Amino acid sequence: MKKIWIAVGVMSALTFAGCGGGEKTETKQAETAAPAGGAATPDLTNGATVTGKVIFDGAKPVMKTIDMSANPTCMNAHKAAPQKSEEVVINDNGTVKYAFVWVKAGLPDQTWQIPTSTVELNQSGCMYQPHVIGIMAGQNIDIKNSDPTNHNIHPMPAVNQEWNESQPPGSADKMQSFPRQEVMVPVKCQIHNWMRAYIGVVSHPFYAVTGDDGTFSLKGLPPGTYTIQVWQEKYGTQEQQITVGAKDSKTLDFTIKG
Amino acid sequence: MARLRHYVDMPSPGLRRFAVLTALCTLLLVVAGALVTSNDASLAISDWPLNWGKLVPPMEGGIRYAFAHRVAAAVVAALVVILAAWQQAREPRAWIRRLGWAAVSTVLAQAALGGAVVRFVDPKSLSIAHACLAQICFGLTVAIVVGHFPSLPTAPASRSSGLAPTLAAVALFLQTILGAAVRHGAMTAVPHIAGAAVATGLAMWAGLQVLMHHMENAPLRRAATVLLALTFSQVFLGLAAYASLAATADDPQPMPVMIWATVAHVAAGSLAFGAAIALAMRVYRHVPAQHEAASSG
Repeated sequence: MKKIWIAVGVMSALTFAGCGGGEKTETKQAETAAPAGGAATPDLTNGATVTGKVIFDGAKPVMKTIDMSANPTCMNAHKAAPQKSEEVVINDNGTVKYAFVWVKAGLPDQTWQIPTSTVELNQSGCMYQPHVIGIMAGQNIDIKNSDPTNHNIHPMPAVNQEWNESQPPGSADKMQSFPRQEVMVPVKCQIHNWMRAYIGVVSHPFYAVTGDDGTFSLKGLPPGTYTIQVWQEKYGTQEQQITVGAKDSKTLDFTIKG
Repeated sequence: MARLRHYVDMPSPGLRRFAVLTALCTLLLVVAGALVTSNDASLAISDWPLNWGKLVPPMEGGIRYAFAHRVAAAVVAALVVILAAWQQAREPRAWIRRLGWAAVSTVLAQAALGGAVVRFVDPKSLSIAHACLAQICFGLTVAIVVGHFPSLPTAPASRSSGLAPTLAAVALFLQTILGAAVRHGAMTAVPHIAGAAVATGLAMWAGLQVLMHHMENAPLRRAATVLLALTFSQVFLGLAAYASLAATADDPQPMPVMIWATVAHVAAGSLAFGAAIALAMRVYRHVPAQHEAASSG
């Protein structure tokens, strides 16, 4: 029986040695946290503006219907039309909704003022609305639960601190923020396992999320050469470079191939 | 010595049945845990030890899986403690009593790990350790069950034949670590697939070696056959789990085919690990009996 004890000991050691060290070290560089005050703001008078749209090239993908049958409250919210996945949403004009566009590189090394306004992330119809949001690092997200059912909000950042909070129906809004730049932070509800949202956290104010017309606008950019990145949940990222001078107004379109 | 021999030959039926019940419930707890992970419901309850601030949370969506897992864990913890206490009172063999208390310590550590996973918001290392410790707890209950079955000294078993099932048990346990790491997103499936080849080879070696040397020994033959059957089932369930995951990758939520294939894969993995432990113990327990018989003769 001594051998059994040796085997038990070996397996216990393997559990705590092998399992305990399994977490991968995050290699993504956490950029500087947003400052509290006395920082720059976009120069809307003399700065450049980059506008554009995110175009979808290819056959429009058919999104799958979400099965909410396990939760009558959620299903009732979509009685008229079953809810489709929002992984890829193509607008009627062939552009992409919920693409996150931001200045990835090229900005001068300075700190930017954090908006005092909040960005709303609502849980409505057992879906996150909107599906994608952008915020500045340190800016508050106003998390609402408009549903008559329970939700939990679980962002899974790689750079920022992970957290998980429950939000019963009728409870007060939750204010949360992320101190470090991170594109993108996935958010999920583990009560309703189809609920997904993405938050782009940027250390400057030059970002946008495309809407129903698939366009974006980055206003007040200082003169310079920038790397602009677009992120889409299914199709990943694309980058382009653009050089702007003072008061320039340039167009930059992205094409996502389906 | 006479008392010891009596218990080895005539273990308490009640205690043995309770040990079997505890092992079965521990397996069900592993299945409940796999259901939580596969349904992506691990943090549906964001507090611990309470559930949404109450003893019983609102039962909806992923909360049902998470809460059922907690209830099952409490039941198993109670069963394991009772088993250890019962063995302490009635079981003369110290090694079985120690296995009982080792199971109690793993169950308590599991509870603490499970709570830490919730409190520290799902760190991968803790989640994987939680999954691995569950396998150790199950393995201990299997070892206790085997210990409560009478040893049947029949045809001599050589010590060399015990090495293969022991190695198979270690390999199958390592596979559970890799499998947990894959499920919790800590690594790709490649090491787990490579490990499956090694574990399958070792389980085949163990099973076939016992079958070749002890075909006339019914308990050993059965234990080896069960190990081989479970290992082969596990390979196909692994393929099914992988294929179902790939086939449903574009779905907006975990699909039943993926959930059940994965849960069955986890359950069969636990059973294969338990079968390897049982076979190793069966083989090793024949050797002292043989020696005792030789020395007393």
